[in-house]
Amino acid sequence: MYGWIFRHLPGPLWVRILTSAALVACALVLMVQFLFPWMSQFTTFTDSTIGSAPQP
Amino acid sequence: MAQQQTQQAAAVPGDGAGTGTEGTRRAGRQPRPAGRKGRPSTGDIVRKVIQVVGELLVTAGLILLLFVAWELWWTNVEADAKQSQAVQGFAKSLAGPVAPVAPANPAAPPDYGKPVVAEAPAHGGMIGIMYIPRFGPDYSRPIIEGTGSDILDTLGLGHYGTTSMPGAPGNFAVAGHRQTHGAVLDNIHLLVPGDKIYVQTKDGYYTYVFRNNQIVLPSRTDVLLPVPTQPGAVPTQSYLTMTSCNPRFGAQERIIAYSVLESWQPASAGPPQDIAKQVAQTAGKG
Repeated sequence: MYGWIFRHLPGPLWVRILTSAALVACALVLMVQFLFPWMSQFTTFTDSTIGSAPQP
Repeated sequence: MAQQQTQQAAAVPGDGAGTGTEGTRRAGRQPRPAGRKGRPSTGDIVRKVIQVVGELLVTAGLILLLFVAWELWWTNVEADAKQSQAVQGFAKSLAGPVAPVAPANPAAPPDYGKPVVAEAPAHGGMIGIMYIPRFGPDYSRPIIEGTGSDILDTLGLGHYGTTSMPGAPGNFAVAGHRQTHGAVLDNIHLLVPGDKIYVQTKDGYYTYVFRNNQIVLPSRTDVLLPVPTQPGAVPTQSYLTMTSCNPRFGAQERIIAYSVLESWQPASAGPPQDIAKQVAQTAGKG
């Protein structure tokens, strides 16, 4: 899959290496901005409040 | 063309050692282009599918590892920056001396009267700064109104809106994360009875003394009562109750730290000696 993507990127080898690095960086930013905060609601060790205390 | 190649391949075994490799490679390759040009065999498809599934699984594993690193490390980096910014912003907005003011009569300790009780700010408003010398000489965290994840995940200690404010008879209860998002109460289990906990608000300094901690189930809301765990009791003292998750790296239980208000001094009297250096530093005057 990744090999297929790499083969289908345009340009010479060094352009393709730069493009794939940029793609990886984009994926990282998206994960930190959106995916991880969403995932963190499923982990338990962030609950520090007591039971039915109001959660405004 | 194919015939030509076959002839070439057939001729190879007779060649010298130098060209032998090339010849063998060609001969070995020869059946494959024929197979590729037609429809791919079932084996090819299965191999492709397995490869893609494998790559996706490796990716999922990497994402999970990155998530753990993000949760346990990066959230702390982010929250620490935001919290020290909040602390410094708040400290700069305060008037009053940042060094202890010597009392007029050194023989008798000054009596500042009943502690001032401020109005609770709106959700997200800053109540004050908490200093806990036991957690390190630089420990200062903002106390923000509200216990939603919007508060706790970025801004540090959250004040339970149903509980009283510092200095009032009753319970001033705050929650904080243990490992993530600044790890504000990571060392809550290291508090020793008698440890001082200082709360600085715009009105002054409230000195609490840590008394004990307790490990309870998350459903025990009675720790937030005006007199913790005693329903119906009328409070005569001011309590500070801190809640965090327990055990570390888990949340099956909650760890509760109870403290009692020992003394109060107005902002005009300056900070208690214990935290004077730190107060001066956060106010940018040290």
